[in-house]
Amino acid sequence: MSAIAPDTVQRRAGRLAAADTAVAVHGVSKSFRLPHHRYSTLKERALHPFAARSHDELRALDSVDLEVKQGEFFGIVGRNGSGKSTLLKCLAGIYSLDEGQIHLHGRVSPFIELGVGFNPDLTARDNVLINAIMLGLTRREARARFDEIIAFAELEEFVDLKLKNYSSGMAVRLGFSVAVSVQADVLLVDEVLAVGDASFQRKCFDEFDRMKADGRTILFVTHDMGSVERFCDRGLVLERGRIADLGAPEDITRTYSELNFGDPAERADSEGAPARIAAAWCETTASERIVSSLQGEDVIACFEVEFAEALENPAFGLIMRNEVRHTIFMPTTELAGGLTGRFEAGSRATVRMRFSNRLAPSRYTLTPCIGPPGGGYGTHDSLARGDDLAALLVEGPVTGGVVDLPVEVEVVRE
Amino acid sequence: MRARAGTARYRGPSALGDDLRRFWSLTLTLATTDFKLRFFGSALGYLWSLVRPLMLFGVLYVVFTEVVRFGDGVKDYPVYLLAAIVMFTFFSDTTTRAVTSLIKRENLLRKIRFPRMVIPLAEALHGLFNLGLNLIAVFVFVFAAGIEPRLDWLQVPLLVLMLVVLSTGVATLLSALYVRYRDLEPIWEVLVQILFYASPVIYVATAVPDSLRQAAAMNPLATILNQMRHALVDPDAPTGITLIGGWQWLPVPVGIVALIFVLGLWVFARETPRIAENL
Repeated sequence: MSAIAPDTVQRRAGRLAAADTAVAVHGVSKSFRLPHHRYSTLKERALHPFAARSHDELRALDSVDLEVKQGEFFGIVGRNGSGKSTLLKCLAGIYSLDEGQIHLHGRVSPFIELGVGFNPDLTARDNVLINAIMLGLTRREARARFDEIIAFAELEEFVDLKLKNYSSGMAVRLGFSVAVSVQADVLLVDEVLAVGDASFQRKCFDEFDRMKADGRTILFVTHDMGSVERFCDRGLVLERGRIADLGAPEDITRTYSELNFGDPAERADSEGAPARIAAAWCETTASERIVSSLQGEDVIACFEVEFAEALENPAFGLIMRNEVRHTIFMPTTELAGGLTGRFEAGSRATVRMRFSNRLAPSRYTLTPCIGPPGGGYGTHDSLARGDDLAALLVEGPVTGGVVDLPVEVEVVRE
Repeated sequence: MRARAGTARYRGPSALGDDLRRFWSLTLTLATTDFKLRFFGSALGYLWSLVRPLMLFGVLYVVFTEVVRFGDGVKDYPVYLLAAIVMFTFFSDTTTRAVTSLIKRENLLRKIRFPRMVIPLAEALHGLFNLGLNLIAVFVFVFAAGIEPRLDWLQVPLLVLMLVVLSTGVATLLSALYVRYRDLEPIWEVLVQILFYASPVIYVATAVPDSLRQAAAMNPLATILNQMRHALVDPDAPTGITLIGGWQWLPVPVGIVALIFVLGLWVFARETPRIAENL
């Protein structure tokens, strides 16, 4: 189980409050010019030397203030185009700032992505050395740490294989191993763990834990609320370049899902909808909310529904999808007998679906739906849907399938 | 914008960075990687990198000794022709590759902080590796032609240095400007063609009409090639200095090289903060 005991949390919070500031961002703004013509040319310039070239300004970061303590695991979330990567690039020194200041204590990792510049035509050996030098090691350091890097990635047998023959997961492992071999005090990571199997993800987070114990700081951009709740000490939500929320992981994930699904503006759009899904989560049989679960335990997937209109026998369904977006499991009230009865306008209800967790270790998203009587859970025929409103990380031994059904194996000798 | 407080240290994008060792090891790494990829990408590696200048040499040699007879009366014309082609190829290859170099490395520039100038300099270094190999072929021709080694040969590294400084200056200038002006690539290709004929590659400087001879020799590429002819191929040929009209005129070609180099650095440094976002 990954639920952290409350005393550990408090101890950590106390330690962090006393720690030094690792990253301080004061009033940082950054705009991009979006010229109306994509590229200007010398020809144009010569023909119209004094013509002002028109452009729009996109304010990617708008007076962002932020302090991150040493040893903190800090999550940065936000929708696409909210400014997350721009913030990271400003911190890394890839973009210059328009306004404001950044103070950093110690060495910041100069990269924001893994395996940048990997060349498919070179062997893993060459790529590791080149990448390590790109990321800030000297040639000698790169050679000295080479074995360590390969061992961490568990790719000893494939050292002399060209990278084009690597799977994407293997390449990510290699990239991650090089990245952690660079001794930075502040590590910037943009969506690292999108690829890579569950056991390597585990290893990555163990490595992050070790770094934290060393007093190193990690700034972590992600869309995955599960890992925010699990690993981050604090975090922030960016929305149109401004900080929409900054604080504890639970608050962050709530703000983020509100932005995605319950945005007041969006709610106005869905005004006509007869019902709305207010929240979704998973809990244990002891009613304790969880973001991860051990395979084999019972899990209760829950979601809360608000009715704007009175509904007769609506159907409730839940779509569970794995990381590659395949629907793995889809329990509905139709399967369980159908008639749900009448719900009055203005009333609320909580739907609980208890199941024995036989899912293969991976990350799953929960999409609760309300359908018309008789069912209908698609984007068009459902009455309401909350896409990926919650996530569940399933842990356990990796066997290779999408589910691990209870099984009895027998080998009979003839 | 920079800010400092205590041990705090923040650096925005910079052209040269503040760690020369890192600058050098990055440049070397990028250059050797490119070089390696070109060599090991095909079985004939080294031969392929020689083929282009040798083909050009072969064609020009046949045309200008058998058809147009430019080489008549020029001592060791084939040796001069090859040496000039090799030198000019370094200039044209380095600069044309450099034009689009920042765009080609977009991925690195947008994801990693490192001194931006590394990119065009790596192209120049890559060119220098090729030049080194091609010069071996030149010396094979020099010996085959029975030219005796002389102390003057020591001038060759100096001439190569001047050529490298010129090419590097042009490379940094063009790479930075290309981010802004995307029609620079075809424009530069045409300019390189013009420079090829404006410089004494297929002809020798003494073949230029008297009225134009001094002006043509002021072109730094011409100065380098003229001096090389005197130092390496034919001691009886006039020196680069003689052709520009004496030592008092030397500041012109050298000044052009210095000017282009400084201009390249300045423009590049000015564009540096916004290179990553304008790619």
